Amino acid sequence: MLTAIEIEKITHELQQVPVKKAACIEALKIVQQQRRWISDESVEDIAAMLEMSTAEVDSVATFYNLIFRRPVGRHIILLCDSISCYVMGFTALRQQLQSLLHINYGQTTTDERFTLLPNACLGTCDHAPALMIDEDLYRDVKPEDLEKILEKYS
Amino acid sequence: MERPLTQHIPDSGAALHIREYEAVGGYTALKKVLREMEPAQVTTLVKDSKLKGRGGAGFDTGMKWSFVPMDMPGPKYLIANADEMEPGTFKDRWLLEGNPHQLLEGMIIAAYAIQATDAFVFLRWAYKDAAREMRRAIADAYTAGYLGKNILGSSFSLEMQLHTGVGRYMCGEETALLNSLEGKRATPRAKPPFPQVSGLFGKPTIVNNVETLSWISHIVNNGGAWFKSLSYTADGGTKIYGVSGRVNKPGAWELPMGITMRELLEEHAGGMRNGYRFRGALPGGASTDFLTEVHLDVKMDFAGVTAAGSRLGTGTMVVLDDHTCPVGFVHNLEHFFAQESCGFCTPCREGLPWTEKILWSLENGTGVPADLDLLEMHTKMLGPGNTFCALAPGAMEPLQSALKYFREDFEQHIKEKKCPYAHHQH
Repeated sequence: MLTAIEIEKITHELQQVPVKKAACIEALKIVQQQRRWISDESVEDIAAMLEMSTAEVDSVATFYNLIFRRPVGRHIILLCDSISCYVMGFTALRQQLQSLLHINYGQTTTDERFTLLPNACLGTCDHAPALMIDEDLYRDVKPEDLEKILEKYS
Repeated sequence: MERPLTQHIPDSGAALHIREYEAVGGYTALKKVLREMEPAQVTTLVKDSKLKGRGGAGFDTGMKWSFVPMDMPGPKYLIANADEMEPGTFKDRWLLEGNPHQLLEGMIIAAYAIQATDAFVFLRWAYKDAAREMRRAIADAYTAGYLGKNILGSSFSLEMQLHTGVGRYMCGEETALLNSLEGKRATPRAKPPFPQVSGLFGKPTIVNNVETLSWISHIVNNGGAWFKSLSYTADGGTKIYGVSGRVNKPGAWELPMGITMRELLEEHAGGMRNGYRFRGALPGGASTDFLTEVHLDVKMDFAGVTAAGSRLGTGTMVVLDDHTCPVGFVHNLEHFFAQESCGFCTPCREGLPWTEKILWSLENGTGVPADLDLLEMHTKMLGPGNTFCALAPGAMEPLQSALKYFREDFEQHIKEKKCPYAHHQH
């Protein structure tokens, strides 16, 4: 079931678009903001509200990199793996993150604190390597900086 | 040397506020357009300036606008493509975060030229600071009467929305962007019809890059001849160039169009870091062909880079140094393209992962000589004309040029059954 807040926010989005379907991505963003991820049930609920089939909503939900169709942790770590970060040493960052968190790409720590994901270009190539945690961008990151950075997130 | 696009961006990195923007002449071009010019005159002015799109393809901006059927009833749309996600490209971030009103003013004038009713900024998810600044700038522009109904007392009205994406490289392709704005998967559309005639929700739509739109107010204020005079070459204006990789001062700079690769690398990027030698560079982001040492005097404009066998693209260069494996470098790029392929057409969906796997096997010492023929085959099978959009042909540009310029590295991987750069891996 969508919550009252979710329904209110999606209704607001529906007022901005000429056809209901056009609010699909915004609706997914709204639900994910509340619940961290999009469950099968959420797909059905959004489909019902937007008068779309569940398959159609799922096709959109699975297309975009930052809509999560599986549970994720409280904080998302996006490690930039694009070319400038490759040249400037993202591999060492990945290894250090994996050893600090004991997880691989796509996994979540057992305490649900972090999910580690690779991310295509963060657009800060002059300060490579870079990573983002939730809304915070970290640039020119060295492996030895990581422990301190992670401490900020509970 | 004039730097019209970036001269007012504060060194602090904070965005220029609406009052500060007005104090340096901001929104005077919009006032002039609304009071003195017909929509068609604005399009003609931009056409005469020969402003070419700064998003990668380099299409003539005024020409694009002129394809909009002006007598068609109903809504028309203007979209700023701020979905900057090409690896190695970080130029629009500077404009979005530093001078959001310059983009807005350009958008409002562009919207007036095509008589658009609604405008969108399609901004990539990762640009959180830009999203905050754009949201504030749009709100301030409404308050000041530059957006909304009857702008500055004229008969022209425009609504503006910020749309933040949810991460997919394909969204930068203009027709895929339209599908995404319609709430769908970002797959490209067949052309024709072109978006200028049938775009967002089937209505006439113009999609322009952030850097392109940021030029419009300056061209209105100063004219096409002035725009052309800023450049060293036939392509007018300045360009925001960037350099990343193992150089002393990676960064982005607004410089006259047509500056050479050598000047960019040596004067602005401070040359190679101590102990590293320049081997090549992608001159305009991940989807451009390598240029090498012999090309250092190539002029970085549309014609110059094309004549050298590559593309200006976004004008942001990624440098390959002698400690970085060219095969690993290209593998990283093909991994990106394989991952970001929308899967809509078969050659791209199947060919890019295959390409990536071959490169990975070379890096891991299990490559065989026939792999190089397979890679060559892919550069043709995934080349222009064989796929639905430009993603796969773009992906083949760095690969085909790496096979040409760094062939001995590919062969060495096969012969030694390992990556010869492994001891340099970072």
